[in-house]
Amino acid sequence: MNQWKNFSKGFIKENPVFVLLLGMCPTLGVTSSAINGLGMGLATTFVLLMSNIVVSLIKSQIPDKVRIPSFIVIIAAFVTVVQLVMQAYVPELYKSLGLFIPLIVVNCIVLGRAEAFASKNNLVTAAVDGLGIGLGFTFALVLLGGIRELLGSGKLFDIIIYSENYVTLLFVLAPGAFIVLGYLIAIINRIKKD
Amino acid sequence: MAKRESTFINMVLTLFVVTFVAAAALGFVYDLTKDAIEAAKMKAQSEAIEKVLPEYDELGESFKIALSASEDSIEVFPAYSGDKLVGLAVKTFTNKGFSGFISVMAGIDNSGNLFGYEVLEHAETPGLGSKMNDWFRNTGKPAQNVIGKNPQSHRFEVTKDGGDIDAITASTITSRAFLDALTRAFEAYNNTNQQLETKKTSL
Repeated sequence: MNQWKNFSKGFIKENPVFVLLLGMCPTLGVTSSAINGLGMGLATTFVLLMSNIVVSLIKSQIPDKVRIPSFIVIIAAFVTVVQLVMQAYVPELYKSLGLFIPLIVVNCIVLGRAEAFASKNNLVTAAVDGLGIGLGFTFALVLLGGIRELLGSGKLFDIIIYSENYVTLLFVLAPGAFIVLGYLIAIINRIKKD
Repeated sequence: MAKRESTFINMVLTLFVVTFVAAAALGFVYDLTKDAIEAAKMKAQSEAIEKVLPEYDELGESFKIALSASEDSIEVFPAYSGDKLVGLAVKTFTNKGFSGFISVMAGIDNSGNLFGYEVLEHAETPGLGSKMNDWFRNTGKPAQNVIGKNPQSHRFEVTKDGGDIDAITASTITSRAFLDALTRAFEAYNNTNQQLETKKTSL
């Protein structure tokens, strides 16, 4: 497979959020601001990349019947690494993402890629796939977070764009996440058709 | 390379090796980041203490006091300027927030008024309850400001409940919780202040 195609499919064609509709819990939960979306997306990208690499490397050593538990242990280990490193070096971001970092373990995108892709492909292809899907996820979260932050608190990446008196608070709350996500999915579907 | 068979021994061995390597790697990373995590926590804490208290020379030994048997104890940091106690920083908390736990560092000066506060940890709704770190220190709006007040001069409850503090618009629950945390801080202050001053002079 063409590696560039393999990499870029994560952004529109197989975008985990807009097309595959995977990992909805962190998607809806953390995207109240663009910076939260970015942090969550990059953390997930790292986990995806590393778990895809490791799963691809050891795929022939894992007996079929215990492959899922093995994958989960590998993913959980990388998530814990991310959590410890964030806690140590970016405590501010860790504070705002807090609860959602451990939840990357159960993010179906990560296990889905390990099971459906990395365990059937070679190292380079799996790594490119992990990176592409991860950055596609990041792109989706930043887009969603940016729109919600702009409409809901009048800011973008914490920079004030317009006065707080004119914001629509709904968009930083849970229903706003569903509304924005719905419109984005519709737009992405339209783009995909062309 | 052929796939390994799913025999019992293969499965046990594989799982053992995978979990063993994962555990070893995590232990290694934990060791590596342990000091940095501790330092980051201490830094956040001491910065908060500096923000909520009048200027001081040194911090005394912190101690914990329990207000009631059922609750976690509260950590208190006395601050001295020379031999004089200038205030107490109280790391107080509440479990009544809209999303549960809120932790607040409250600074109380030696005349018993709130000198400053800093929200350390919370999970309140962004854009609503999360405004509490700014809302209650707005000196332009005396009804919502808590700085310089104490529970004797003002009732630390939202106006809706008959208190003297205006709640955050559309975040009454967060406001109640925040004031609950402050009330707890003053309780801790009253319990410790006197014994502390005598402790320092007897040294």
